[in-house]
Amino acid sequence: MSVGIVSYGGYVPYYRIEAGSIGAVWGVDGTARGKGLGIIRKSVPSPDEDVITISVEAARKAMKCCKVDPEKIGAMYVGSESHPYAVKPTGTIVAEAIRAAPNLTVADMEFACKAGTAGIQACMGLVSSGMIEYGMAIGADTSQGAPGDALEYSASAGGAAFLIGKKDLVAEINHTLSFTTDTPDFWRREGQMYPRHGGRFTGTPAYFKHINSCAKMLFDKMGTKSEDYDHAIFHQPNGKFPLRVGGAMGFSKEQLEHGLLTPIIGNTYSGAVPLALTNVLDHAKPGDKIFVVSYGSGAGADGFDITVTDNIKKHRKKKWQPLSELMDNFELLDYATYAKFRGKINMGGVT
Amino acid sequence: MAIARFWRENESRYNMQGKKCGVCQKVYFPARDMCPKCRRDSMGMMKKIQLTGKGEVISYSIIHDGLPEFHMQIPYTIAIIELEEGVRITGQIVDCKPDCVDIGSKVESVFRKLGEEGKSGVIHYGYKFKLI
Amino acid sequence: MRDVAIIGIGETKFGELWEKSLRDLGIEAGFKAMEDAGLSGKELDAMFVGNMSAGQLIDQEHIAPLIADYSGMAEKNLPAIRVEAASASGGLALSQGYMAVASGVHDIVVVGGAEKMTDVGDETAGEILAKTADQEWEAVFGATLGSLYAMMARRHMKDYGTTKEQLAAVAVKNHLNGSMNPNAQFRRAIKPEMAINSAMVADPLGTFDCAPLSDGAAAVILAPLDKAKKYTDTPIKILSCGQAGDYMALHDRESLTRMDATIVAAKKAFKYAGLKPKDIQLAEVHDNFTITEIMAIEDLGFFKKGQGGKATEDGLTALNSKISVNTSGGLKAKGNPVGAVGVGQAVEAVIQLRGEAGERQVDKAENALLHNIGGTGSTAIVHILGRVR
Repeated sequence: MSVGIVSYGGYVPYYRIEAGSIGAVWGVDGTARGKGLGIIRKSVPSPDEDVITISVEAARKAMKCCKVDPEKIGAMYVGSESHPYAVKPTGTIVAEAIRAAPNLTVADMEFACKAGTAGIQACMGLVSSGMIEYGMAIGADTSQGAPGDALEYSASAGGAAFLIGKKDLVAEINHTLSFTTDTPDFWRREGQMYPRHGGRFTGTPAYFKHINSCAKMLFDKMGTKSEDYDHAIFHQPNGKFPLRVGGAMGFSKEQLEHGLLTPIIGNTYSGAVPLALTNVLDHAKPGDKIFVVSYGSGAGADGFDITVTDNIKKHRKKKWQPLSELMDNFELLDYATYAKFRGKINMGGVT
Repeated sequence: MAIARFWRENESRYNMQGKKCGVCQKVYFPARDMCPKCRRDSMGMMKKIQLTGKGEVISYSIIHDGLPEFHMQIPYTIAIIELEEGVRITGQIVDCKPDCVDIGSKVESVFRKLGEEGKSGVIHYGYKFKLI
Repeated sequence: MRDVAIIGIGETKFGELWEKSLRDLGIEAGFKAMEDAGLSGKELDAMFVGNMSAGQLIDQEHIAPLIADYSGMAEKNLPAIRVEAASASGGLALSQGYMAVASGVHDIVVVGGAEKMTDVGDETAGEILAKTADQEWEAVFGATLGSLYAMMARRHMKDYGTTKEQLAAVAVKNHLNGSMNPNAQFRRAIKPEMAINSAMVADPLGTFDCAPLSDGAAAVILAPLDKAKKYTDTPIKILSCGQAGDYMALHDRESLTRMDATIVAAKKAFKYAGLKPKDIQLAEVHDNFTITEIMAIEDLGFFKKGQGGKATEDGLTALNSKISVNTSGGLKAKGNPVGAVGVGQAVEAVIQLRGEAGERQVDKAENALLHNIGGTGSTAIVHILGRVR
């Protein structure tokens, strides 16, 4: 019984800041540091954007490109680590804004950067079991990097929505599996504005171990090798890690090309792998095979083996707007405006 | 506490649903239960209509001295937009330099934060516009 | 209906009056008007008070009895009525007082208008003013009152070729007039460049296109004309009153460049008075923004649609020109204590019609028109006053 992606939509805010502009404020060569991280610029949400608005834009884009009645959506999961409310779901607003309410189940998810792919898995389960006809999974973030912290070069904003179902699939998800341990490499405590991380501990024992383990499980399960895939997508906290982790598995730069967005939009956290997947789908041909492994600190990795169907051509005919249009249309901010937009300036009594 | 005041308008602010007079066919937004032109004849004849959110700028102003909720966006552009259905609506135009907007500019709606009741209060969402 | 006359006038200075509370202002204007009419106070039958927003501006609702009380009227148990129509509150108070006397319900009525705006910050005052437009469908989306008028200005410029210089000409004229009015907030003439180059508030309107936030109060005493001579040698007759409404939100109106409420209210007022625009020598028109005056002098019939800017630039609205507009300095220079504005306009007209305006006196002033707008034009009130011949 096949389950997969019926439609999808990605959203990236309009504003950007370059690594050089960030470094200049902290007395370092930001451009060089950006080069080291494989990041040229990152997206910045407008002051009137948050995970809810980004999720709605992505969800609406997905619904525009298919003929599914939104009332047939039986589940809505929004994965993020920057939900605007600590208590009160993001998903209810998204569900109302795409007219999916009220006959559906909604919950917000959090698993650092992989909450979006966790939502896809949950929807797959509900669809496969026959509990629901369609489910919507969204991964979105307006991530925060503390001023002066290395994360400030990468933490950005964006999100993508996937309508999961059984009929008229643009891409079939052949299999999914996860690898999960308790590894505290990155976290944000309740009530804290910025996350903290374990520095170099986030590398080998965290990101690389979990992605490699998950990928190996997926290869073994599917009986595949890297050359069997047309595209590969890995979580991308910076522009370097996915190339390193994918390269070691035998994936070429060409296979990784469309699934690597961090260099030009930054790390969109829960939105990162989902957005990369929308970009790959935008470029894919019918029959293309896609290998996906997301990663969430704390820590875990979700793997997906995906095959693009003939319907991808129909998807592009309707009201499709490729993600590249949003990625290529931007306005650069200086650091002062960026700091204002991100609420990093103490406004005294005003706000 | 203005929670209910905002909540009851969610359908209009989130999804731009208006009403169309079954007598003269004029479209109204926000929804009205009576057509100001047909008055009593229109009672019971007002039908729901989903607006496309697409339209063009009739006039606009770039606000330099704005309302507190919009301080972070100063200067911001406010416009009166005539939607494809013929009804006019006031909204902010986002994601462009202010000098890119002109009378006649084509726009479409986007979903944004309209404001919040302080840092710990409820957040209000609704439509704004961007240039096409 | 009986003929009604204004038998006494009084007003405070308009401006930032830090020492004065709303009740101080209301009482001062009222006392001056009673003194002017030679009343002791016991003659009064009712009080009407125009006020936009005391509840938000000074945290006090129910201000009519408050002002009546502090005016010494509690012992008399004087009925006091507050009326509200945003910035047309004063004009509406005048029309209600006028009707009460004309109908014969009351004989001697005091009509006041008062606003205390500087007890809140500018930003809060701006928020409150924005609520005089459609809060739910304009202000919530970021529209300020200034931006709504700016959209009218932008469209007027596009459709009729009105220029920034012409807008500035309104401010320059009104500041010049205000320089001759001892009660005006701004008593300094300005140069056109100062207005044209002022900082943007809501593009295309700059600081000098906007009336200030002010404290102030004004009052007039009304009486049946046949009893007026008992109190004054120079009663000024209220010839007519016209009020009209329109859609609350600017975007719902057919045109952004005219105010149908003004057009309809003026038609009624001219009809009841049996006069035409050419019979008017001076007009106090609503100029909360420069574009408002330009649209008003068109909508009132003094100039053709689209010609208001040019007429102002050509000096046709200056003191003792074709028609003297806003000899008091208008909201722009005299000041804008919102609820007091409409009554303040009546005070200026009476001063002019009595021939007591000194250096800003309009020659042969026989008839004066008052024009008061609420919100973005969802209320318009026009009064015509005339000398008793």
